[in-house]
Amino acid sequence: MEKHLNLTLQVWRQKDAMSEGEFVEYQAKHISTEMSFLEMLDVVNEEIIRKGEDPIAFDHDCREGICGMCSMVINGRPHGPKERTTTCQLHMRSFDDGDTITIEPWRAKPFPVIRDLIVDRGAFDRIIASGGFISVPTGAPQDANALPVSKQNSDLAMDAAACIGCGACVAACPNASAMLFLSAKVSHLGYLPQGQPERYGRVRNMVSQMDAEAFGTCTNHGECEAACPKGITLETIARMNRDYIKASLTYRPEIASGGAG
Amino acid sequence: MSVAEQTLAGAGERSPGFMDSSVGRKVVMAITGIVLWGFVTVHMLGNLTAYMGAEAMNHYAEFLHTMIHGMGIWVFRAVLLTAVLLHIWAATSLTLSNHAARPVGYRKQQRQSATWASRSMRWTGVLLGIFIVFHLLHLTFGTVHPDFIKGDAYHNFVTGFQVPWVSAFYIVAQLCLGLHMWHGVWSFTQTLGWAHPRYNALRRNFATVLTVLVVGVNISYPIAVLTGIIH
Amino acid sequence: MELNSRIPDGPIEKSWDKHRFDLKLVNPANKRKYKILVVGSGLAGASAAATLAELGYEVECFAYQDSPRRAHSIAAQGGINAAKNYQNDGDSIYRLFYDTVKGGDFRAREANVYRLAQVSVNIIDQCVAQGVPFAREYGGMLDNRSFGGAQVSRTFYARGQTGQQLLLGAYQALERQIGLGKVKMFNRHEMQELIVVDGVAKGIVVRDMVTGKVSSHVADAVCLATGGYGNVFFLSTNAKGCNATAAWRAYKKGAAFANPCYTQIHPTCIPVTGDHQSKLTLMSESLRNDGRIWVPKKKEDCGKPASQIPEEDRDYYLERKYPSFGNLAPRDVSSRAAKQVCDEGRGIGSTGRGVYLDFSAAIERLGAKKIEEKYGNLFEMYERITDDNPYKTPMRIYPASHYTMGGLWVDYNLMSTIPGLFVLGEANFSDHGANRLGASALMQGLADGYFVIPYTIGGYLAGVKPGTRISADDPAVKAAEQAVEARTNRLVGIGGKQTPTHFHRELGKVMWEYCGMGRNEAGLKKALEIIPQIREEFWKDVRIPGSGQELNQSLEMAGRVADFLEVGELMCLDALERRESCGGHFREEWQTEEGEAKRDDENFCHVAAWEHKGEGAKPVRHVEPLKFDNVHLATRSYK
Repeated sequence: MEKHLNLTLQVWRQKDAMSEGEFVEYQAKHISTEMSFLEMLDVVNEEIIRKGEDPIAFDHDCREGICGMCSMVINGRPHGPKERTTTCQLHMRSFDDGDTITIEPWRAKPFPVIRDLIVDRGAFDRIIASGGFISVPTGAPQDANALPVSKQNSDLAMDAAACIGCGACVAACPNASAMLFLSAKVSHLGYLPQGQPERYGRVRNMVSQMDAEAFGTCTNHGECEAACPKGITLETIARMNRDYIKASLTYRPEIASGGAG
Repeated sequence: MSVAEQTLAGAGERSPGFMDSSVGRKVVMAITGIVLWGFVTVHMLGNLTAYMGAEAMNHYAEFLHTMIHGMGIWVFRAVLLTAVLLHIWAATSLTLSNHAARPVGYRKQQRQSATWASRSMRWTGVLLGIFIVFHLLHLTFGTVHPDFIKGDAYHNFVTGFQVPWVSAFYIVAQLCLGLHMWHGVWSFTQTLGWAHPRYNALRRNFATVLTVLVVGVNISYPIAVLTGIIH
Repeated sequence: MELNSRIPDGPIEKSWDKHRFDLKLVNPANKRKYKILVVGSGLAGASAAATLAELGYEVECFAYQDSPRRAHSIAAQGGINAAKNYQNDGDSIYRLFYDTVKGGDFRAREANVYRLAQVSVNIIDQCVAQGVPFAREYGGMLDNRSFGGAQVSRTFYARGQTGQQLLLGAYQALERQIGLGKVKMFNRHEMQELIVVDGVAKGIVVRDMVTGKVSSHVADAVCLATGGYGNVFFLSTNAKGCNATAAWRAYKKGAAFANPCYTQIHPTCIPVTGDHQSKLTLMSESLRNDGRIWVPKKKEDCGKPASQIPEEDRDYYLERKYPSFGNLAPRDVSSRAAKQVCDEGRGIGSTGRGVYLDFSAAIERLGAKKIEEKYGNLFEMYERITDDNPYKTPMRIYPASHYTMGGLWVDYNLMSTIPGLFVLGEANFSDHGANRLGASALMQGLADGYFVIPYTIGGYLAGVKPGTRISADDPAVKAAEQAVEARTNRLVGIGGKQTPTHFHRELGKVMWEYCGMGRNEAGLKKALEIIPQIREEFWKDVRIPGSGQELNQSLEMAGRVADFLEVGELMCLDALERRESCGGHFREEWQTEEGEAKRDDENFCHVAAWEHKGEGAKPVRHVEPLKFDNVHLATRSYK
């Protein structure tokens, strides 16, 4: 049943990447338990705008848990207290009247704060650009059914492919490591026959890009798995490690081959 | 790189060095960890000879010093020393990367699955380092031993543990070893990619059983000496 | 304005092949001399940008989100149609073509739809090769399901996340090109103006949403793949950021806007709970395969819990009205039926705008476990949002704005009435007529991006001399930049009292009331009076804190709302002028005795394309007649 809450928010405010930030307190009054967390912030922002102050900037878009845009640490947990739920799908019924809620941006060197709760996650795109794909130009590949894929592998690939690239794994990791994000893509493509030709080069390139972006390293705490709104498992990290070891043990430089004629 | 414009130069040309990469250093960590874990287990088993009396233990010590014409122990020592140094190097360099990766921390943090063991790895690691130095000075070189007799391992063992604070320190160090090993053993299976839902429970249990065994037996030595079971 | 659709002559089966052969080619060595801008990075934009870069063109791609992977194509759940006939159930290119023309209520171009059906099969091949994890059978073959009332199983799907997986496929192809340096990606950049020189599209002006910097990009061709304008209703299943700004700038620079009144209202969304609501969430249409839709027969039962309403007092109105299609009646039909019963006062839930979608019969028949296998993730999502358990109490659903069939007018080459400006995906008007079938949006977006634009843009560029791009300090460029700056300054300078969202919500209410599921002359005329008033109020009283030289989400929102306030008016105008009912456009004056849509093929079998005639002037309605040589005009019946 719908109830109404009065809440105190402690929100990280920061004008831009160059400025220092600080926590600012806001009161959120008469918040319906039917609201999503972002709708609660909308209400607070409407109030702030009417007062002529700068509203709290936060990333959001689809508001149905799939685009991966929303990104805030709520009371010390990325995406807040509910498991397997993004901030946009978190509803205020998860809170109690009188609660104080601390809201912070993702914290990691490769995710610099742009403003308030918004961070730059371009590092994720660059990791994908370094190898998170199958090189198949648009054209006329073979018939889709020419390559059977076992249902199990297809399902496992889908489990890994469910990653929405939100970065909660990095935010939750005590080391700000991006291994879960990276391994999700490596596993998705690695489970499929189409992904085999580039399997080992892919993992080497992606890890190398991840390191260049200055993410931390995995120490197997499992915080990423607990924070992932899409339930990507630590097993994908183990798979990626396995692929990386094999890739490194069998690495040989590319043979230059000029096209003759 | 600017927020908006992102182009990658020479995506295909990267040739990352294994030991430079994060995963590579993790693998070093894991493999040296296995060596050290193997050593700790064998060490624990070997010391069981203490329960069989002075002769058995001294005989065992002598065997260690004479196997392969006395070369064996040096091979052992070389391997162990290399493993320890690499383990420390990897740990330090990974820790530094990890610290650098989060220059601004959170005001509030709720941990969901990190354990006491996983979060204290670097501290238990440092303590174990100190302990190893002490242990070597104590029972290998005898420098800090009150009554060290070269060649009489059993005597050194018993008289060493008869000092209560030394035993206490050993016990504390073993508890640290327990924490370190419990996360470490599980962790190396993960780092080396030995994960599969069918064996995941097994990996945890394996780490737990092994840790309890090694730490339990190791702690039993000072206790056995102090209570006079070994004398 | 001349609307030359450039439809090839000859038999429809051959027209695309013939056309492709007739299109001039660009010399491979010359391709890198042409620069193409792609605005938007959803299915259509990402696939086009990647493919054009693969061909060798220099490509720049723009997205308002922080990554191309976040475009709203990602939210499509159900699936993608393709005439593969893998199930051997009688599907064919011709049948997909036929179903789409009929489903669109005979308001789409036959040749375009046929081409769409033809390339649908290539899309599946391409996506599988990219590693899209479509659902498989145990034998390793691709699985299909029947979707959205189709009589054959032609829908390919990846759990309930088909759009996500297809977009990630296109995104990965795009990122590969970015990594190779072939595409330059501009994230968090919003298009603000189209640069037109001598009637030809030559570039765009964008605002860097992080720094506020306004800059221009000149090129040889511009592709808009910026999605639909469904957010004109404020509440819709679109993402919060979806907007009509890019398309609207193009319209104001001379691109005709076609059929703006064709909007799709999706029947199965979670109902509104209150004024705070910021968006609506779709529940996949596939739920209608097993769920039964009903409301109480008697008004006085509406307040009671569903469990206390006995079977004989329930009205399964879709099954009653459409015995052969029942709960699977097409989207427009089901949505209108829900509105009707709620208008009669028989709606359920706190607002009275809701109907039940009940799984109890299916759970009894198949068991809860089977239902969980099929819909587990959807049930979970429903429970997360509403706190109700759909295994125990029926879901509450209500229609919501979902997709817009209207859009910028394009010819067979996807080129708008401005030469050099191409429009792809939902942003154009071309393939769905007055109503889109389920699982066809993904198909169209990818068809346009992967398999149509790469050919047709070559045909255009072959006629453009390489190296004739305008320079960055061309007066047209400067003028466009200044227009953008001026608009920003004007918005920021108003300093009124109301938030941009306030005006958006007001507009949404008007649109939903008068230009939603049911429209009539009086209502539309009223809307045409109210909307200019809201707009005037907006330009007097909106408040935007901060400046244009920083990340300013209020400013972004205000710019989009300002455009929606104009788009809404054009929609109402188009709806008023189209004096017939067809597909998603239901004019209450034109209905059969049973309350079904009544088309007027004699007078309205055409595309209405609107031409902007300057601020304050009434736009002019142009007509492109539609010919149906293959599928004969008939009344849609789902009885």
